[in-house]
Amino acid sequence: MTLWHIVLVASIACVVIKLAGYAVPPHWLEKPATARTADLLTVALLAALIAVQTLGSGQQLVLDARVPALVVAAGLYWLRVPFLVVVIAAAAVAAVLRATTGMA
Amino acid sequence: MGLRSRTSRPVPPLTVATRQGVAVGIATAAYGVSFGALAVAAGLDVWQTCVLSLLMFTGGSQFALVGVLASGGVSAGPAAIASAVLLGSRNAAYGMRMKPVVGGNGWLRDAAAAWITIDESTAVALAQDDPAARRRGFWVTGAVVYIGWNLTTLIGALIGDLLGDTRAYGLDAAAAAAFLGLLWPRLKSHQTIAVAGAAAVLAAALTPVVAPGLPVIAAALVAVLVGTTNWLGSRDEPQAEAGT
Repeated sequence: MTLWHIVLVASIACVVIKLAGYAVPPHWLEKPATARTADLLTVALLAALIAVQTLGSGQQLVLDARVPALVVAAGLYWLRVPFLVVVIAAAAVAAVLRATTGMA
Repeated sequence: MGLRSRTSRPVPPLTVATRQGVAVGIATAAYGVSFGALAVAAGLDVWQTCVLSLLMFTGGSQFALVGVLASGGVSAGPAAIASAVLLGSRNAAYGMRMKPVVGGNGWLRDAAAAWITIDESTAVALAQDDPAARRRGFWVTGAVVYIGWNLTTLIGALIGDLLGDTRAYGLDAAAAAAFLGLLWPRLKSHQTIAVAGAAAVLAAALTPVVAPGLPVIAAALVAVLVGTTNWLGSRDEPQAEAGT
């Protein structure tokens, strides 16, 4: 499997999912349990990605400059700062900590 | 995300829908810069990055795919694809919701509608009151996000290409912050907060134990478990509305 295969298979699968929404009889997803699970799936996956992206380094868990950067990001979202500003601020926190304190 | 409520009564509904669509579209397109830069940092080339935005065109899945590839490389490919697909599954739910609003105009227009059925186009459409304004909001938002997202993806990818050592610029931390930004507006109930917390702990705990990418997939089980049992959930609260 090359990167191109991954990119194309995942893209086509995501397009097929979108098309399926228009093709499937509407009552399928209207059961509350199904709708609720679809909603929670998004939450669980995003939360898991945050954990792995913040603490993971290959198969190790490490505490490095990403942790304080994420804490700053959470504080800024709390203050309703726009997405792009928060993302740049988080990158800046990690970059400055690495450059000035030698933090990994 | 942060839709302004309709306050000025005299403005025609179609104009309101167009304005909201353009505003949401431009704001969303700005994320494309961070996606492009992160994709290149994860090892994709500029072409692969642009194909993702042109073809896949669903931000959460795109971020997930490059996030898993960044931690596990090409060998985490199946897990990366699975993460993208699971995150994209909500678009099927949006499609069912949008079909009565914008569907039924021949397969070509339905396919185009399906392609631009994402959080933002669904949310803007459903925020309008009459059918014509809903259609206008959907198409304007979808078109503006599509064009803007692809342009900014290219810009971000070129910037990421120029940066080289992306860790020195904190781009790995930016990825976590981007995911947090996608999650934040969804943390509205005890149930979603509990699921988010459990999924994060489970994914972190499994990271040293299983292959890269699999912790994220395992976390999906938390959602299935809580979703089917409605643990911590309120009785009859419809939660599957688009994330406004």
